[in-house]
Amino acid sequence: MRIVFKTSHDADIRLWKHGMQLSWYLLLLALAAALPLLLDDFMLGEATNVLVWAIAGMGLMLLVGHAGQASLGHAAWLALGAYANTLLQTKAGMPFLLSLPLAAVISGLVAALVTLPIMRLHGIYLAIATLALSVLTEDIIILAEPWTGGVSGLFAPDIEIFGVNFNRYANPHGLYWLVLAITVLVTLGYANLLRAPTGRAFVAVRDSEVSARAMGVHVARTKTLAFALSAAVTAIAGALMGHMAGVFNNETFNIVISIYLLMMIVIGGLGAIHGAFLGALVIGFLPQAIALLRSALAGALGVGSITIPGLETAVFGAILAAFLLFEPRGIYGRWIVIRTWFELFPFYRRDMFRRQRSYLKTERMR
Amino acid sequence: MDALQLLVSGLANGCIYGLIALGFVLIYKATEAVNFAQGDMMMLGAFLTLGLNNEAWMGLPFWVSVPVAIAGMAALGYLLDALLLRRMFGQSQIAVVILTIALGFILRFVAGVIWGHEPQSLESPIAGMDLRIGGIVLGLDEIAVIIVTLLLTGVLWLFFARTRLGLAMQATSQNQLAAYYMGIPVKRIHSLTWALAGAMAAIAGILFATKGAIDPNSGLLGIKAFAAAVIGGFGSLPGALLGGLIVGLVEPFAARYIAAGFSQIMPYLILLLILVFRPDGILAQVRQKKV
Repeated sequence: MRIVFKTSHDADIRLWKHGMQLSWYLLLLALAAALPLLLDDFMLGEATNVLVWAIAGMGLMLLVGHAGQASLGHAAWLALGAYANTLLQTKAGMPFLLSLPLAAVISGLVAALVTLPIMRLHGIYLAIATLALSVLTEDIIILAEPWTGGVSGLFAPDIEIFGVNFNRYANPHGLYWLVLAITVLVTLGYANLLRAPTGRAFVAVRDSEVSARAMGVHVARTKTLAFALSAAVTAIAGALMGHMAGVFNNETFNIVISIYLLMMIVIGGLGAIHGAFLGALVIGFLPQAIALLRSALAGALGVGSITIPGLETAVFGAILAAFLLFEPRGIYGRWIVIRTWFELFPFYRRDMFRRQRSYLKTERMR
Repeated sequence: MDALQLLVSGLANGCIYGLIALGFVLIYKATEAVNFAQGDMMMLGAFLTLGLNNEAWMGLPFWVSVPVAIAGMAALGYLLDALLLRRMFGQSQIAVVILTIALGFILRFVAGVIWGHEPQSLESPIAGMDLRIGGIVLGLDEIAVIIVTLLLTGVLWLFFARTRLGLAMQATSQNQLAAYYMGIPVKRIHSLTWALAGAMAAIAGILFATKGAIDPNSGLLGIKAFAAAVIGGFGSLPGALLGGLIVGLVEPFAARYIAAGFSQIMPYLILLLILVFRPDGILAQVRQKKV
């Protein structure tokens, strides 16, 4: 059992609670940086994919996990990021280093503008509005064909920074390191935000809008900011997804992707940055796991390859349903419980992490 | 006369949206949960009827397969609530939404495995027949959809106004605690509401498959029906039907008089406008939440 002895006020808002935690994270970072030396090119591509999903997950986590606003339409921001980034490069001739942050800024601004009118909505109504926005985005992409290429899509050029090419196949190591660097930057920014007044305001709004207002938080401004920041981070992931895919159209970022994103962070664990990464790991390696299981099963039964369309989505849905029913805190929440059990070894009590169930008071008058 | 044909086909579509939306609203009113799998239940109900009725599958008579499919979907709705959704009681609304989305994925997969991914249509007795009045040609299937919806609305109204079970459902949706004190078995009422929503989904599915082809992804129609429910006023049964009719009517007219692409967009544009200017829908039932 570790007792953290705090000797200054800064200890309360430091990024790490104690030196051991810092060294664990540095070790993890070193391992992540050394990954290209350990994996073959195919697995490295998957790892890059996981990192990109993790960035998108962090974008949504900021909104859902910390600001408490549901969004069923985050694929719209992925799409906006991908299209803005690619168009800035091809039409405006900007370098990647400029177009990526600019795409994020554009998405953030659009998100702020778009969410201003729907900010009054709560809970499920907000979710519906975002869902409608996401469906509309798909159609707008088709209607804006001169820019977006409509159904035939858009080709994303290779990432180039100072003459170095980061093609997915020609330079997988470079691309991985680039994505890793962006991931680390986003993660640090996110962690930093959470210990700043803005991040605290997000959490206050999540826990109770009324009390947040009473504490002097400008609820509407905080929600809009949460939406904008979330959209900006998600747009970065979208831009990277565009580059990874090479070509994308209106169906690349459809409503199912939005739902996948939401499911991902629920499985990972809402309300913690770790959850985004754990969820991304699940979503990234689930297809491989299913493929392995499928070939093992086919071998055991002595039949040829079994292909069932839609199996992955169904397995994913089943895993998600199991998590919601049996472990709503997600993977990271379960890990916290296990860790606490060991930290307090003989003194862990069964109901320590029991969640207060909030029974909905009906919102109806009659 | 073009407009009249658009009107009838729009009304027929709108009735189907309205019936799915009715399922959303029934469950929302009773349990405060939003069932995103309603569209997929509609799809499953259609496939169940199709599997029982069509020659390629079991080839039972139409009037046998329809009640069996409706009963089957009602049983599925009851079991979904009794086994899964009841455990989520007291968790956040959005958790229930995500769970039902996951259930929808699973239902879609099951339907795909059993009945395949090819679009199929139901071989009903009235399939492909036309009604000619003067110079107008109206599909008999579309007329049937409108008539069945009208009948169903009447039956539902009688059910909620006159039967003990209907009154108990109303009481539960108005105040769970008070209903419980009055000796109403609230949990069973919840499950029965899900069963009713399942039966409604089956009827909507049957009508949908009579009118056109159905495939496992037809469940995504539920999103549009959901928009319809919100436009009409989430939590109001007449509102759900009204919203469905609005969406159903706007689509063909937008396609005809504005541009083809707009028929997809208009329902959601209306939804956003409604959400911004009248968030509780046209026939609002929700007031400001008290702390």
